[in-house]
Amino acid sequence: MGVENPLGENIITTSLDALVNWSRKSSIWPMTFGLACCAIEMMATGASHNDLDRFGIIFRASPRQSDCIIIAGTVTKKMLPVIKTVYEQMPEPKWVIAMGACACSGGIFDTYSVVQGIDEALPVDVYIPGCPPRPEALLFGLMKLQDKIMKDKNSFGSAIGLGERIASAA
Amino acid sequence: MATTETMTLNMGPQHPSTHGVLRLVLELDGEVITKITPHIGYLHRGVEKLSEHRTYHQILPLTDRLDYLAPMSNNLGYILAVEKLMAVEVPERAETIRVIMTELTRLESHLVWIACHALDIGAMTVFIYAFREREAIMETYELISGARMTSNFFRVGGLSQDVPDEFVRKVSDFIDSMPGYLDQYEGLLTTNPIWLKRTIGNGVISAEDAIDFGITGPALRGSGVDWDLRRDNSYSGYEKYQFKVPVGENCDTFDRYKVRLIEMREACKIVRQGLDRLKPGPVLADNPQVCYPPKENVYNSIEGLIHHFKIASEGFPAPEGEVYQGVEAPKGELGFYIVSDGGNKPQRLRIRPPSFVNLQAIEKMAKGAMIADLVAVIGTLDIVLGEIDR
Repeated sequence: MGVENPLGENIITTSLDALVNWSRKSSIWPMTFGLACCAIEMMATGASHNDLDRFGIIFRASPRQSDCIIIAGTVTKKMLPVIKTVYEQMPEPKWVIAMGACACSGGIFDTYSVVQGIDEALPVDVYIPGCPPRPEALLFGLMKLQDKIMKDKNSFGSAIGLGERIASAA
Repeated sequence: MATTETMTLNMGPQHPSTHGVLRLVLELDGEVITKITPHIGYLHRGVEKLSEHRTYHQILPLTDRLDYLAPMSNNLGYILAVEKLMAVEVPERAETIRVIMTELTRLESHLVWIACHALDIGAMTVFIYAFREREAIMETYELISGARMTSNFFRVGGLSQDVPDEFVRKVSDFIDSMPGYLDQYEGLLTTNPIWLKRTIGNGVISAEDAIDFGITGPALRGSGVDWDLRRDNSYSGYEKYQFKVPVGENCDTFDRYKVRLIEMREACKIVRQGLDRLKPGPVLADNPQVCYPPKENVYNSIEGLIHHFKIASEGFPAPEGEVYQGVEAPKGELGFYIVSDGGNKPQRLRIRPPSFVNLQAIEKMAKGAMIADLVAVIGTLDIVLGEIDR
């Protein structure tokens, strides 16, 4: 109706960037890395009731296979170097989600041993408030991350070595 | 001439089966463990130090986040310690709701334990099943306190508010269906040859050793020691409830698994008795020195507002002295030791976390075993790093 299909019914046209972004956002593989209370809600999100698998989100136990790290819990000064190492082991492109008040800002633990927000060390893409955030909140955060991934520019070019991927600001 | 030497292997803090951020440094002879050194402190948040700068009411939310699988049990331990210090009497309805909620918490903690323990050993279906039931308990938490995990529901002298009307029906429905769910887990595990091979004879610790290490909770009862604080040093009206304390015989991982499963069935019975016992009445003690005023007074009268403001900002002064209160948390004896210098904040708050003490036995239990068996031992100890590191 009004739209012509010069290539026939079974062919759709898209940009290569959109194709790459779509495949990336449809298979976010986060690290299995629980730090504290939020990790339990992260597990609950991945388990039967909320079921992250339907978003193509499958937890991986190795940073080499992951493209997203969910900082789920309080980051202590003793833990920070470990998180940095894990983050550096992840291949590009990679995204960071700060889940919960502690990961966002230190939360109620304004003490000598707690890092006041993971953004002091890692570039955070999505902040999810809550102590701990509900599974629905984590799902919403992950969907926000998917939106953000869809806005990436030059995803295909950077994948074949032409220039840098330009991440969107929001 | 070939020489052999041991290998040092670092396990954690980023490891899917260390239940958080536990780090173990293993010495291996081939695949056999010869030495285990636990390194803790990766989740040290300074809760005890923070508590020295909070009024007695303000400390309560911190206790939620110690053992985050059993927030209400932590609340109860701390609140009972403060009530002991202040000599506050708790109304019967509040006491009964506390027992119902802590037993539901025990169910929740054991559900996450069986989920993770089975997942670590390779039975993934149990994880999916157990989190389905946990969701029902979380909905009950949400119904009464508004929060799913960190409930912060108890208050010194009672509860923050009365439970809504649908509470009884919801809890009743849940504990009616729970034994059937437990049968499902047992169907998946108790006769499963892989599960039996992985758990029978694994992580053996004798009753004497368990007592010497100070192990408490299901890990102690699995070794055949008949000790449960709910019965042997009763608190919060537990002496009025009929329940069995299961004990194991063979001191191994399988016996601890059976003890926890029976405990879950007993918890359902305690909740049922609690629901039968629930009578209308006040849920907060009539003690204006210590307790918050009812919300109607706060919103409708200046005296109530001032009263609320005073308790919320200043708290209450506690008499000089020290108290210790232990409760049977899902993981063992959780103790709160408060030293008061007469001010509105504790001079020192010491927490005796069960996981911290139970973890010490890990070398005894897993020495000479394979790495894969160590994973089963970590699962059976049921540790939570939030309360180990505090």
